Amino acid sequence: MVPVTILDYGAGNLTSVRLACQRFGVAPVIATRASDVPSEGSIVFPGDGSAKSAMAAIYERGYDVLLKEAIQAGRPVLGICIGMQLLFDWSDEDGGQKALGFFPGKVQRFEFPGHPELKIPEMGWNAVMFQKSHPLLNGIPQNTPFYFVHSYFCKPSDSSLALGITEYGGTHFCSAAARKNLVATQFHPERSGEWGLKLFRNFLEWNGEEA
Amino acid sequence: MLLKRIIVCLDVINRRVTKGVKFKNNVDIGDVVELADKYCREGADELVFYDITASAEHRPIDIEMVAEAAKRVFIPFCVGGGIRSTEDMRNAMLAGADKVSLNSLAVKTPEILTSSANAFGSQCVVLGIDAKRVGASEEFPSGYQVFIQGYRTPTKWDVVEWAKYAVELGAGEICLNAIDTDGVRQGYELEITRKVAEAVHVPVIASGGAGKVEHVIDAFEIAHADAALVASMVHTDGYTCDGIKDEIALRTSLPLRFQGGKAY
Repeated sequence: MVPVTILDYGAGNLTSVRLACQRFGVAPVIATRASDVPSEGSIVFPGDGSAKSAMAAIYERGYDVLLKEAIQAGRPVLGICIGMQLLFDWSDEDGGQKALGFFPGKVQRFEFPGHPELKIPEMGWNAVMFQKSHPLLNGIPQNTPFYFVHSYFCKPSDSSLALGITEYGGTHFCSAAARKNLVATQFHPERSGEWGLKLFRNFLEWNGEEA
Repeated sequence: MLLKRIIVCLDVINRRVTKGVKFKNNVDIGDVVELADKYCREGADELVFYDITASAEHRPIDIEMVAEAAKRVFIPFCVGGGIRSTEDMRNAMLAGADKVSLNSLAVKTPEILTSSANAFGSQCVVLGIDAKRVGASEEFPSGYQVFIQGYRTPTKWDVVEWAKYAVELGAGEICLNAIDTDGVRQGYELEITRKVAEAVHVPVIASGGAGKVEHVIDAFEIAHADAALVASMVHTDGYTCDGIKDEIALRTSLPLRFQGGKAY
């Protein structure tokens, strides 16, 4: 396994991601700013919280530059939940927020007018329809449910980015995305039971090459 | 499609899971971490741990227990009992909990719902409501009154009114427990569960009373709950979550998670 760094930007609880690493015998580096991040190895970019405060912390800690360089260097990078959303160009959250722009597209809110029974956030297990094969998905059955908690979803402007599609309230959204060494999941693999752990382990074992 | 969740409830005393009827006559079920791990493997979609003696003993929730559970549980889990402040909540979440359940404290100081939601996000704030059927009146239009402190203390709150107000303040999910059905395995209190599910825009968990698979089906189909809590069924009655789901699938088309407990 390659060394793993988890980026802490004060936006959420890293405990479960750290414990998922430890479950596979990996002691992750918990970085609190860009200068803490080793020059090699995989990077996990997790997070809860909202777009504006998260982006402010990312700039303040130098993670925007760090991630750009890591992606260019071919290091495996995994964004989780808001960590996925912030990889896109723009988020509608908090009145609109420019994001990191590593994936083309935007992030928008679920809207279900006239359907109060469709709760927002989407919270719970939902199936992911895999769109292609990828090292991240090795050994995981098609349509496996993963655990989601989110009010906003990613809308790539390039449909080939979608690694997984999930349906909620009639909206089909991109629940996993991949391009080269950059991968992301809207769901929480570290909270998605055995198959989530399998995906997480696939990431930890991945060298960042697509096939 | 979002799947209906089956949540296993573990009432804990000194790291041992216990099961009582209407909060009395508790019997020992086993080690909390071992059981949590077993229930995950057998298809639970979520777990909730209640440190049921913390409040009475005036101590915070057993954080060591939360940390030990977090090393083994890789599905979402909620903790409750002995949460007295946002600081207690922060400690529980840093130990690995995904959600924290508030009950009596929220009735006494509703602002805690807002400060917790601001600090951690409302998805982490579960409001437990203990409901007792009292008959519809001007004071309690839903016919159900909120009780606190393990049903010992009545409050001024109507259950539906309290649920709506709490969601406004920041509660992100409601676990609705009914004293009249808790632990007696005759089915959930469907009427009030449905009233609350229809009144709020956050997920509602039916709690208290599951003894048979049909009760779980009723929670989803009749009460429109998003999740159903089970305890005795899996602790002592020989069911597993996977087994409950298999039986539901034979009788309904409810969307459920089936690949849960199967190891890769």
